[in-house]
Amino acid sequence: MASEFAVELRDVVKKFITPEGSEMAAVDHVTMQIRNGEFFSMLGSSGCGKTTSLRMIAGFEWPTEGDVYIEGKPMGHLPPFQRNVNTVFQSYALFQHMTVFQNVAFGLEMEGASKDEIARRVGRSLEMVQLTGMDRRRPRQLSGGQQQRVALARALVKTPDVLLLDEPLGALDLKLRKEMQLELKALQQQLGITFIYVTHDQEEALTMSDRIAVMSKGKIMQMGTSVEVYERPANRFVAEFIGESNFLEGKVKSVKGDQAVVDVPAWGEELIGIATGKVKAGDDVSVSIRPEKVRLTDKQGIKENSLEAVVTTSTYIGSDTHVYLDVRGQRFKVWEQNRISTLDPRAYYANGQKVWVTLLSENTLILPKA
Amino acid sequence: MLKRLRENKSAQGTLLISPTLIVMIGLLIIPLILTLIVSFGQRSPDGNVIYSFSLDNYIRLAGFSTDCTGGASFCFNPLYAQILWRSLALAFNTTVLVIALAYPLAYFIARAHPKRRTTFLFLVLIPLWTNFVIRVYAWMMLLRKEGVINIILGWIMGLLRIPFTPLEMLYTPGAVLVGMVYEFLPFMILPIYTSLEKIDNSLYEAAADLGANSIRTLLRVTLPLSMPGVVAGTILVFIPVMGTFIVSDILGGRQVILVGNLIQRQFLDARDPTFGSAASLILMVLTLIVTYFYTRKFGFGEEIVVA
Repeated sequence: MASEFAVELRDVVKKFITPEGSEMAAVDHVTMQIRNGEFFSMLGSSGCGKTTSLRMIAGFEWPTEGDVYIEGKPMGHLPPFQRNVNTVFQSYALFQHMTVFQNVAFGLEMEGASKDEIARRVGRSLEMVQLTGMDRRRPRQLSGGQQQRVALARALVKTPDVLLLDEPLGALDLKLRKEMQLELKALQQQLGITFIYVTHDQEEALTMSDRIAVMSKGKIMQMGTSVEVYERPANRFVAEFIGESNFLEGKVKSVKGDQAVVDVPAWGEELIGIATGKVKAGDDVSVSIRPEKVRLTDKQGIKENSLEAVVTTSTYIGSDTHVYLDVRGQRFKVWEQNRISTLDPRAYYANGQKVWVTLLSENTLILPKA
Repeated sequence: MLKRLRENKSAQGTLLISPTLIVMIGLLIIPLILTLIVSFGQRSPDGNVIYSFSLDNYIRLAGFSTDCTGGASFCFNPLYAQILWRSLALAFNTTVLVIALAYPLAYFIARAHPKRRTTFLFLVLIPLWTNFVIRVYAWMMLLRKEGVINIILGWIMGLLRIPFTPLEMLYTPGAVLVGMVYEFLPFMILPIYTSLEKIDNSLYEAAADLGANSIRTLLRVTLPLSMPGVVAGTILVFIPVMGTFIVSDILGGRQVILVGNLIQRQFLDARDPTFGSAASLILMVLTLIVTYFYTRKFGFGEEIVVA
C-alpha cells in the first residue's frame, strides 16, 4: 500500500446553495484519516454532513475547499469512475433491466475483463454474499435483504481499496439488520478492505466499527473507538447522541490531572469526576452520568457520594428495570440489571420507595459544552 | 339491487366500462363492420354503393386492372402498392427522426432542476394549443418559393454576391417529412421524458461508481431503462403518421400522395366509398401487422404507466 491512510480528508469544506439562495456548509473544515483495513463509521443525525463526506470520497461531489486523498493521492475533481473506491447505496441502486449476474458483472465489463474472468469473479462474489444460484433473477424478484447483498457483491467484485457504505441496512427490518451487521463485519475482516460506513444508528456504529467519527452540523465532534466515544465522550453532544445519560449543569471549582471538582447548584453538592475534554476552573460544564453505571441501595453507602432519592416510576423491561428517580428535585434515571430471577415485587422497586443513589467518581464525567 | 351490486365485483366492472363499451361498439365496431361490407361492394355510376360480394376493390388495390390503355384486356400497375409503401417509409422515417430529436430534449428536461422542468414541458406543449391545420399551413409560409426561408437565403446570398434561385421546397417529400416531424415531436418527447424522469439519480451514480463513463452509462443504463418511453412514443407517432392526410395534402400537394390522401379522395372527390373502404382496411391491417411485430419485440411501453 502506498500510504498509511486509505482515505484522508484534509480540511474539507463543502458548501451548497440553499433553495433560498444562501450558502450553507454541509461539511465544515473536516479533517480525518482512515487507516488501511479499518472499519470506520461516520455517525450522526441527518444533515450532519456524513453522507456528503462519503459522496466526496466517492467522487459524486467535489470539495469547495481542501481535498480528499485516497492512498495518499489527491483526488481533486477526479470523476467516480477513475477512483478505486466503490459504493453500496442506501437505495441499492440496482439496474432493474439486468439480471443479478449482469448487475455484478457490470463493473468488470467496464474494466474490460474477459468473459471467463467475469464469470469466475462474479461467481465468487455472489458466493461471498450467499447468493449462489440467484444469478438469473431480476432484482425485482428478490427480497430487500437479497437486493442489499447484490449491491454489496456488485461493489466488492471490483476489489476496491475502499468500500463506501451509505446506510446500507436502513431499509431492512431490525432482525435482518442485526444479522447483516455481523455479516458485514465478518466480511470486512475476511477481505481486509477498508470500509467507510455512514449511519445514523449509534448501536450499529458501536457494534461494527473500529473507529467512529461522531458528526454534527458539518463538524466532527469526536473521533475514536466505540469504547472511547461511549465511555469518554468528548463533549455533551456526543454523550447525548450515543447512549443515554443523566445531565447536570455545573461550574468547575478545581482541576487536578484528569479529575475535576464541579459545583452542582441543583443538588447543592460538589461532585468529583473525570474531565474528558479540556476544562479549567470557572468553566460551565455538563456532568454526565450513564444510567447503568449508578448503584441503588436501600441504605446509605459511601457517605460523600450517596444521595437520598425517591422512585417516581419503575418500568420492568425484561433484562433491566428502568428506575426513574427524584434526586433533590432533579429527574434521574437508573438502569438496574435484573440479576436475580424472582417474582418478588420488592426486587423491582415500587413508586414512592426511598432509595440511596451511589455515584462513583470514575463514572461521573465532566464534559465541556459543545 | 344496489346491495347486490356492492357484493358483485364483476358487475361493478361491467358497469364501469359500459359507457366506453357502448361508445366503442356504436362508433367503432359497427362502423368497422360496415366498412368491411362496403369494401366488398361496387360503385354504381351515380356514386352509390351496390352491395355484393366482389373482390374487385382489393384486386385494384393490388395493382391489377381491366381498364388498360393500349387495348390490353389485363394489366398491372403498382400505383397503390407504391402509395402504401411510401406511407410506410414516411412513417418509419418520421418516427426515427422524431426519436433522434426528442430523446436529447427529453433527457435535458428530465435532468433539469425540478422547478424548471414544468416550464420546459409547458413550452413543449404550447404548439399543441394552435390548430393542427394552421400549424401545417404555417410551414407553407416558410417553405414556399416566396416564403420566409427563401427570402432569408436570398438576402444572405445577395450580401455574399452569389447568384441565387429560390429553392423548391414546398410540395416535395422532404416538406412532408419536415411537417410530420414537427407535428408529432411532442408525442415522442412526453413519454420519453416520463420514462427518463423515473430513473433514480443513484443509478447514474452507481454506473459511474462501477467505472462507466458518461457514454457507457448512456448506452448501458439510460437507454435501456428509457426504452418503454421510446416504445410508447413510437406507437403514438407511427400509427397516426400512417393515416394522416392533412400534412401531405398541404405540404405535399399533388406530388406526395399517401394512403390517407388516397382514402380521403375516394370518399370526397371520386365518390367511390367502396374503394375507399378497401383502402382503409388495408391501411389498418398493415398498421396492425407492423405494430404487432414491433410490440411483440419491445412491448407497449406499458412500464411507464405501471411502474
